[in-house]
Amino acid sequence: MVLSGLPSAQGLYDPSYEKDNCGVGFIANINGEKSHEVVKKGIEILVNMTHRGAAGSDPTTGDGAGIMVQMPHEFFEIACKNLGVELPSAGEYGVGMFFLPKTPAMRYQCEGIAERVIAEEGAELLGWRIVPVDNRAIGETARYTEPIMKQVFIGMGTIKTIEAFESKLYLIRKRIENEVATYVQKGNEPFYICSLSNKTIVYKGLLLPEQISNYYIDLQDLNFRSAMSMVHSRFSTNTFPTWELAHPYRYLAHNGEINTIRGNRNWMNAREGVLKSEVYGKDVTKLFPILMPNMSDSGSLDNVFELLRKHGRSNTHALTMLIPEAWENDESMDPKKRSYYEYNASMLEPWDGPAAVFFCDGDQVGATLDRNGLRPAKYVITKDGHMVMASELGVIRFNPEDIVRKGRLEPGKMIMVDTLKKVVLEDEAIKSEIFNSFPYDESIKERRITMDSLPEFKENYQVRSETLTEKQYAFGYTLEDIHEIVKVMAETGKEPIGAMGNDAPLAVFSDQPQTLFAYFRQLFAQVTNPPIDPIREKIVMSLKNYIGSQASMLSTSPDVEPFIEIGTPVLTNDEMGRLRALRNEHFKATKIPITFKADLGVEGFKAALSSICERASRRVAEGYNVLVLSDKKVDGYEASIPSLLAVSAVHHHLIEEKTRTKVSIIVEAGDARETTHIALLVAYGASAVNPYLAIETARELCRKKLIQDITEEEATANYVKALSIGLQKILSKMGICTVQSYHGAQIFEALGLGQELIDQYFPGTPSRIGGLDVASIARETLDKHHHAFNRLRKSMNDLEIGGQLIWRNGAERHLFNPETISLLQQATKQNDFNKFKAYTKLINYQEKGLSTIRGMFDLVTLPEPIDINEVEPVSEILKRFCTGAMSFGSISKEVHETIAIAMNRIGAKSNSGEGGEDPARYVPDDEGNFRRSAIKQVASARFGVNTNYLMNAGELQIKVAQGAKPGEGGHLPGAKVDTHIARVRHSTPGIDLISPPPHHDIYSIEDLAQLIYDLKSTNPKARVSVKLVAEVGVGTVAAGVAKAHADMILISGHDGGTGASPISSIKTAGVPWEIGLSEAHQVLLLNNLRSRVRLQTDGQLKTGRDIVIASLLGAEEFGFATTALVVMGCTMLRHCNKNNCDLGIATQDPDLRKNFAGRPEYLINFMTFMAMEARQIMAELGFRTIEEMVGRVDKIKINPKIDHWKAVQLKLDKVLFKPDVPSRMKPYCTQIQDHGIDQSFDHKLIEAATMALKTKKQIQASFEINNVHRTVGSMLSGQIVERFGEAGLPEDTLKFTFYGSAGQSFGAFGAPGLTLHLEGDANDYVGKSLSGAKVIVRPSKKASFKSHENYIAGNTILYGATAGEVFISGRVGERFAVRNSGAKAVVEGVGNHGCEYMTGGTVVILGPTGNNFAAGMSGGEAFIYDPENKLEENCNFEIVKMFDIDSMANARIKAMVQKHFDETDSEVADSLLKDWDNASKAFKYIVSPIYKAIMDKKDAVENEKVS
Amino acid sequence: MATKTGFKTYERQNFKLRPKTQRLNDDNEVYKPLSESLMVDQAKRCMGCGTTFCSWGCPLGNLISYWNDFSHQEKWEEAYEALSRTSNFPEFTSRVCPAPCEAACVLGVNREPVSIREIEYTIIEHAFENGWVKPRRPKTRTGKRIAVVGSGPAGMAVADELNAVGHEIVVFERNLEPGGLLRYGIPNFKLEKSVIDRRIDLMKDAGVRFVTNTAVGKDVKATDLLEEFDAIVLTGGSTVPRDLTVMGRELDGIHYAVDYLENHTKRIHDLPTETLIDARGKNVLVIGGGDTGSDCIGTANRQGANKVYQVEILPKAPDQRDDSQPWPIYPRLNKVTSSHKEGCEQFWEVSTKRLVGENGAVKKAVIEKINWVNSDGRMIPEPVEGSEVELEVDLVLLAMGFLSPEHDGVVNDLGLALDARGNVHSNERHETNIKGVFTAGDMARGQSLVVRAIKEGRTAAKYVDEYLMGESYIRTFK
Repeated sequence: MVLSGLPSAQGLYDPSYEKDNCGVGFIANINGEKSHEVVKKGIEILVNMTHRGAAGSDPTTGDGAGIMVQMPHEFFEIACKNLGVELPSAGEYGVGMFFLPKTPAMRYQCEGIAERVIAEEGAELLGWRIVPVDNRAIGETARYTEPIMKQVFIGMGTIKTIEAFESKLYLIRKRIENEVATYVQKGNEPFYICSLSNKTIVYKGLLLPEQISNYYIDLQDLNFRSAMSMVHSRFSTNTFPTWELAHPYRYLAHNGEINTIRGNRNWMNAREGVLKSEVYGKDVTKLFPILMPNMSDSGSLDNVFELLRKHGRSNTHALTMLIPEAWENDESMDPKKRSYYEYNASMLEPWDGPAAVFFCDGDQVGATLDRNGLRPAKYVITKDGHMVMASELGVIRFNPEDIVRKGRLEPGKMIMVDTLKKVVLEDEAIKSEIFNSFPYDESIKERRITMDSLPEFKENYQVRSETLTEKQYAFGYTLEDIHEIVKVMAETGKEPIGAMGNDAPLAVFSDQPQTLFAYFRQLFAQVTNPPIDPIREKIVMSLKNYIGSQASMLSTSPDVEPFIEIGTPVLTNDEMGRLRALRNEHFKATKIPITFKADLGVEGFKAALSSICERASRRVAEGYNVLVLSDKKVDGYEASIPSLLAVSAVHHHLIEEKTRTKVSIIVEAGDARETTHIALLVAYGASAVNPYLAIETARELCRKKLIQDITEEEATANYVKALSIGLQKILSKMGICTVQSYHGAQIFEALGLGQELIDQYFPGTPSRIGGLDVASIARETLDKHHHAFNRLRKSMNDLEIGGQLIWRNGAERHLFNPETISLLQQATKQNDFNKFKAYTKLINYQEKGLSTIRGMFDLVTLPEPIDINEVEPVSEILKRFCTGAMSFGSISKEVHETIAIAMNRIGAKSNSGEGGEDPARYVPDDEGNFRRSAIKQVASARFGVNTNYLMNAGELQIKVAQGAKPGEGGHLPGAKVDTHIARVRHSTPGIDLISPPPHHDIYSIEDLAQLIYDLKSTNPKARVSVKLVAEVGVGTVAAGVAKAHADMILISGHDGGTGASPISSIKTAGVPWEIGLSEAHQVLLLNNLRSRVRLQTDGQLKTGRDIVIASLLGAEEFGFATTALVVMGCTMLRHCNKNNCDLGIATQDPDLRKNFAGRPEYLINFMTFMAMEARQIMAELGFRTIEEMVGRVDKIKINPKIDHWKAVQLKLDKVLFKPDVPSRMKPYCTQIQDHGIDQSFDHKLIEAATMALKTKKQIQASFEINNVHRTVGSMLSGQIVERFGEAGLPEDTLKFTFYGSAGQSFGAFGAPGLTLHLEGDANDYVGKSLSGAKVIVRPSKKASFKSHENYIAGNTILYGATAGEVFISGRVGERFAVRNSGAKAVVEGVGNHGCEYMTGGTVVILGPTGNNFAAGMSGGEAFIYDPENKLEENCNFEIVKMFDIDSMANARIKAMVQKHFDETDSEVADSLLKDWDNASKAFKYIVSPIYKAIMDKKDAVENEKVS
Repeated sequence: MATKTGFKTYERQNFKLRPKTQRLNDDNEVYKPLSESLMVDQAKRCMGCGTTFCSWGCPLGNLISYWNDFSHQEKWEEAYEALSRTSNFPEFTSRVCPAPCEAACVLGVNREPVSIREIEYTIIEHAFENGWVKPRRPKTRTGKRIAVVGSGPAGMAVADELNAVGHEIVVFERNLEPGGLLRYGIPNFKLEKSVIDRRIDLMKDAGVRFVTNTAVGKDVKATDLLEEFDAIVLTGGSTVPRDLTVMGRELDGIHYAVDYLENHTKRIHDLPTETLIDARGKNVLVIGGGDTGSDCIGTANRQGANKVYQVEILPKAPDQRDDSQPWPIYPRLNKVTSSHKEGCEQFWEVSTKRLVGENGAVKKAVIEKINWVNSDGRMIPEPVEGSEVELEVDLVLLAMGFLSPEHDGVVNDLGLALDARGNVHSNERHETNIKGVFTAGDMARGQSLVVRAIKEGRTAAKYVDEYLMGESYIRTFK
C-alpha cells in the first residue's frame, strides 16, 4: 500500500523514518450508560490538548486527530432507515468505516471487492452510507488529499453466533485489504478501513482537534451516543498529509514510539510460519500478512494486538504479552506474575519503547504504560460515575467537590473501566486474574533451564602464541585492539574511554584492514524518545534471552516449549561448549562452519555464503533448534566469512522461509571483540556470541603478565562483563530496555555498504551513501587472511599497528596529525595566512588519502572568479561562527574565558557548555574583556541553569545529543569538583555530578516544544536552538523540532570532540555531518519548514572549504570546537578525561593550568583565516553572500581523480540531492518562528506586578487557570531577574493565587520574591529550574477527597531547581526533585525514581515513595515519613545510606512540616504536628555519606564561627 | 595505556659523562648509562599522547610511546619487540642519533622532553644482555640473489630486511671491515666498534655474506654483478668531501676529517693504515662546526693535541628554541658536545681566508670575521674589514660535509643517471634508471643522519622485494 500524502523516498528523505508523538485520552461512563455527552466530552479532551499536537507549515491542517466510540446504534438505526436499510439489533451487524479513492472507477472496484468478500465469507451486505462531512473548516492541505468517506453495514448472514461473526468481521477486513492491495492499481489514491466492527467505530482524519466535530457531522447528532470515547491527537515530525495515520486504530491509540519495531516486524513475519489458529484453522493464512505494510509502529502494534484479541486473549492478556512490566529484576514481584511474564517472554519479545497505550473494545476502555512510564497518563474519577484519563490533568473541568479520586498511571501498570462489570479495575485486580488462571510458576519451573544446569563442558581451546597472532591478523586485530581495547576490558571490566572525537577516515576510505563491523553505525534516541540510564535505572534493564524453539504465540495451551535462559548474550568458552554439546529431546545443537577455502577466492566466498544458508534450512528441517555458526576452523586454508554477514544472512534467510522462530542462532566469532560488534551480532539475529579469540587474547595477556595480578579466569570474566555492560549501554542509548527485544531489531545504519549487499543480507538497514559489494567484503577478508597465513616469507610475525584511536607513524591517517596541528598552531600564532593555507591544503586535498565524505567533493568553479571585493566581508561571515559547547569543568577557566573573549570581540558566539557560568562573567572585566558566553547550553543535568543564566544569553541551546556520545549521560567524579566548579554548577565541592542520558522533560517532541516554550517565555529575547546529532532520520526529527518552534537547529557530525566517552561511542555512533545536514536541509525543504529555522553544523570543521561545503549542503552557521582547542595549544593528547593535560587546556590541576599559553588573538586569527579562505572559494564559485550559497548542491561534484578502490563504489547522489520545490520556498531562514508567547498568561501577571517591578511594592492577586495555561510565572520571573539580578525580590513580594488546573511547567524558573499559590492541581514540571520562588499546590478547599491519598501534581517536579521552596499538599508523579540542587520541598507522596540525581536541597516526603528512590542522589537530603517501613525496599542504596535523625535534623523537619501546614492546611501535616514526638520517630533520613560528611564539617566550622 | 602522571613527578635525567681524565685516556664511550630503575622512572615521564609527535619526528616512525609504556612496566622483552618492529639497529641510533623524536616530544612544549634515546639504549642493551636479539633467519629461501654495495647503515638495513624474507644477500665493502661511516666516520668514544661487530655477527649468523676489502667498480666489475645477481642495491654513501679553496690548501698537514677519524679508529683497533695523521702535541684547527668537526676535536684531544680550534662560518645558533624554530620542528641549536667540554676554542661567523705554510707544512691559518647579508633574497657572507686573526696551527682538519657519491667506479660503470646535486637518481620506489638496480641512503639522497639511512634501507628493501616477488610483507613507515 502506498500511503497517500507522504512524498516518495527521495534524496535522504525516506517516509519510513517518520515519527510521531501525541496527546491521548478517554472518557467513560463506568456504568456503561450511553450518552451524547460522553462523545462531546471526548472531543473536549482533544481540544484541550491541542498544544500537544501540531500543525505544519499550513496552520489549518493538523497532524491528525480521531475518536473511537461504541457503536452508536440509535443513531445508525435512524440514519439507515433514511437510506432504506433496516438494521438488526445492536451487536448483530458490523459497520466498516472506509476511506475510499476519489476516482469513481477505482472506488467502485474497492467497493466491489468489499461486497464480494462479505458474501464469500457468508455475511450479508446491508448497504452503504456516505458519511456526511463538512470540509469547509479543514486545512487546504487536508482538503487536497481528503478521501471519500463511506460506511458499509454488514449483517450476520449465515453466521450463527455473535462470536463467530466478530471473528469473521476481522477476516473480512483483512481479506478486503489484501485484495485491494493486489487488484487495485490505485497509485496514490487512498484506501483504508478505519474500523470494521460490531462494537466500535472510529472517526478520524487529517484534522486539528477542534475541527473533528465540525467535519464529521455525525458526531454532532444528539442520537450519536456512547458510554466511552477514546481520542487521540497527533504531533508528527512531518507536515505531509496522511489521513490513515491518525489514531485510534482498531483497538489502540498510542502515545509513544516502538523503538524495536524493525525487529518486532521481522519476528512477527517469521512467526506466520508457525502460527496455529484454533479460531481460523486453515483460514489463518488469509489473515496474512498480519502486519499491514507501510503502517506506523503504532499501526503494527495494533495489528498484533488485534490478532491476539481475535484469538481469545483479553485486552489485558494481549497487552501484557506485548508490553510487559519490568519483571526481570523485580524480586518483590509476585512469583506467579513473574512466571507469567517469563512464560510469555519465551514465545514473544517485548515491543519496547516509550508507550502510553490506550485501548478500547466497546466493553472495556483503559490504558497501560510501558515499564519506563515515560509518557504521562493521569485520571480523575467523579462522583457521577465517570472516569477521564489523558496525558494531562484538567482537560475536562470538574467541580472540586465532585471528584472522588485523582491519580496517575504508574510505569508498567494498567487501569480500565469495565462497563459490563460497571467498575474501575486497577492493575493488580486486572492482572491477577490472568496470572492466577494457570500455575505458570510450575510450568516455568519445569521448562526453564539455566546454563548452570547444563552438563559442564571442558573446552580445550588454547592456541599457541604464534598461531594466535596469525588468527588475530586474519580477523583484523591490530596492536591497538589488543592493548587499548581487549586489555583494558579484561583488566578493568569496563569499556575504554577516549577523548577529542574521531578524525580518522571512515572505514570505506581507510587503507588499514577493516572488519565488516566498521561499516555500521549505532542508532540512538533523540527527541522523539528518550535514552535510558542503564546504571541508575537498571531495574528496567535486562540482558536475558532465551534459546530454543518458540511456541506459537496463539497457542492457548499452557505447555510452552522448554527454553534455556541466558543472562547475557556474551558467552564464555565453557558456556559455549555446554550449548554446543546439547543433544536431547528438546534441544539439538549443530555447528555450521562459516568458512570457505581461501584458494577459491571471491567466488568461494559467495558460494559458501549461500551454502551456509541452505545448510541452515536443512538443519532446521532436520529438527535442530540451536544453530552454532562458527569460524573456529580458520587456518592457512580456510578463511572466514565475517560473522556478522553470516549471522544476518542466515537470520534473514530463515525469516524468509518463516522458520526463524524454530531455532536460535549462536555464533562463535573470531572477529568480534568490541561492544559494538556484540551489539551488531545480536541486532542482526544472534541470540548469543562467544568471542573466543578475544577471550584467548585476554588470557594470553595474562600469561605474558601484561595483565598483572589477576587470573586468566578473572580476566575472562572482566572482559565478558565489560562487553555486557557496554551492550546494555548501546541498547539504552536507543531507549531499549531488554536484549530480547533488541535481538534482531537492527538498530544500525550502514555507512559504506552497497544497496545490493544490504538488500540481500541486511534488508531493512538504511545505507544512504552506497558502498561495497559482496566481492569487496570478500576481498578485505582474503587480504587479511593472505597476510596472516603467509608463513614462509614474513619478516615480522606481528600485527598492524591500527591507529584508529591514536595517531602513530605508519598507522591509520588522522586529519589532525603532528604536521597539521603544528602548522595550524604556527599559522594562528604568527598570524601567517600562507602557513594557514599550507595547513588547509593538507586537509582539503584528500585525493591520495581520503578521510571524509567532503574529501571526495570537487567544487564547480567559474572559469574566472568574481572580484573578491564583491563577496561579503570577513566581518559578516564571522557573525555566523561559534565555538562548540565545552563546559567549564571539562576545560580550564583560562581556556574557557579566552575563547569567550575572542568570540565576543569579533561578533561571533562562544558556548558555555553544560557547566553553568560564573555570573562575574556577565559584565566586562577591568580590562574591558567580555567573558560572557553568548550561547548558554541547557543540557540534561541542568547544571548552573537558573533564571539569571537564561537572562544572560543571546542564544539558549538545548543539547539533545552530542556527537561523541549521543544518548549517553556523563559523570564528573567528586574529586574534580572544586569550589569554583561547584559554585557555577550550584553544587557542593567534592560530590559526584551525574548527567542523566535523557532530559527528563523531553521524552517526545511535544515535550521539546514545551521546553522551548519555557525558555522562550523566560527570556523572549534569546533565540532557542536545539542540538541534534546526525543519524538516519535526523531530518525527520529536525522537521519535528522546527514545528516545535526552535529558532535554530544544529546538526552535529558523529566525529565531534568530547572530554570523555566510551571509545565505542566515539567511533561507532552517528554519521558524518555531510549526510545529516543534507538530510535535515532536504526534509525541512520538502516540508516547507526550512525558511522558519536556521541550520548550523559542526563536527571537525577545519578549513574555509569545509565552511563552503557545509553551506552548499544547507548550513548557514558553523561551529568549531576541536579546531579551536588546537589553536589554543591542544596537541590532541586525548587525555581530557585524565585531568592530566600538560597544555593546560583540559585540566583543573592548578600547576598544569599555568601551562596554558593560548591568546584570544590566536583564535581571532583562526576565525579570520577561516572566513578568508571561505571568501576566496566563494569568489571562485561566484557567490557574494553565504545566503546565496546555502543548499546549492549543484556546485558540488565528485572529484574524478579519486581512484580509491572502496571510495569509487560510493554513491553520493542522495547527499547531493536537491528536492524540487518552488522557488518561493526559500532554502534559508527568512521568517521568525511564532512562539505564541504573546498570548502567554504571564502578560496578566506582569501587568499585575507592574508596581512591584518598579518599586518592590508588595502585591497580591488571584486568577482562574486551566491546563492550556502553560509556563505560568516564568516570563515574570525573567523580568524580576533582569531588573533585580539573581537575588530577585524579597520573599512574598508578589503573591498570586490560582484556581483550577495549571498547565505544564507551572512556576518554572520562578524567581525570588514570587509566590505562586495554586488551589486545584498541576501538570508536569512544576517548579522546573526553580530559582528562588515559592510554589504551593493544594487541593481546592471545596474538595472532598483526602489530599494525601490523591495525586495533585505531575511528573518531574523541581527538575534542576537551584533555589526556592515548594509545598504540595498531595501526591506527585515520577522523578520528583530530579536533579534538584538547592530547592526545599514538602510533598505527601512521590512516584518512582524520586530524588534521582539530586545534588542538593532538602525534601520532606510525608507519604509513600515509588521504586528506585534516590538513584544517583549524590547530594541533598531527603526525609521520608515511613511508618510502615516500606522505604528500604524501594530505595536505591548505591549512593545513599539511611541515617539516624538527630535533634538538629528533627528540628529542621518539624520546621518544614510546620511551614507546609501553614501554607497548605495539609491534613497529614496537621496530624503529624499534633503528635510530633511520636510521628518524628517514623521519619527516615536518606543522604549520601560523602555529602553528609561535607555538610557536617561545614556545620562544625560555622558553629565554631558562631561560638 | 595506563594514566601517566610521571612527568609531574620526575625530572628529566640523562646519562652522565665519565670523568674527563678517564675518558680522554681510553677511547671508550664517553657516557655512563643510568641505572635501569632510573630509566624506568624516565619512561614514566611519557604521557602516552593521543597524537604521537615523537613517532612523527622519528624518520623510522618508531613506536616510542609503546616501548615507553612497556619500559615503565619493566616489560623489557615487549619493549624490545616494539622497538625492533620499526628499527633494525637501535644500538646505533640510541648512541648517535640527534633524536628528532625528542625535539618533537609534546612534553617539550612546556618542559624537558622524555629522554627517548637513552630509553632506547636501555631497551636494546637489556635485550642483548638477555639474548633476545636473535639472528633473523628466514623460514625459507627464495633463491633470489641480491648484491648490496656499501655496508653503512643503509646497506646493513637493506641486507637485514631482504635476508629476513628469504633472499640471499652479498654485501660488498671496499674497506677492511663492514659498517661504513658507522665504523670509520664516528669515533669509538661515541660508538664502540664492538657494537657494530656484534650486529654484523648476528647478520652473518642469519646468512648475510659480507665481502670486504673489495671495491665494486674496481675489484669487481659492476656489470658482472648485474649478471650474477637478481638485483643490486647501491648504498655507497655520500663520500666526496667538500673541499676548501683557499690559498695554502696544498700544504702538508691539511686533511679531510673522515680520513683523520678513520686513521685513528684503525690505529686503536690495530688495523693497518697507509698514512699516519696524529695530533699529539700539535695545534689543531678544525674547519666546520658540525658533528664531524666535534668528533675531530675529541679525537685530537685523545691523541694529546696541544691546542684545538674550531671555526664555523655560520653564526652561533641559539642555545634554546625560539619562535623562529617552534616546537615540534627539529631546532638548530648551539650544541656543546662532550668533545667541546674536553677543551677547544670556538669561533663562529668566521671564514678561513688563507693558510700559511713553512717548509711545505701548514703553520698558520688566517681567519676573518664575516657578516651575513641579504642580497636579493639570498644570504651571502661579507667580510668584516680589519677583523683578521692569525692562528698558529700545524694540523688542519676539513669537516665541511660531503658533496655527493663518488662517480668513478660503480656509478659510471653502470651508466647511472644523476640528479642535480650529483646523487644517484632514483624514483620513489628507489629504482635507478637501470632495471634491477636500486639505491638508498646518502648515495641517493645526499648526506644525512644514520637514522635516515636505516629508514632508506628499509624502504628500498620493500621495493626490491616487491620487484622480485610481486608482493612484499616488509613494513615501512612514512
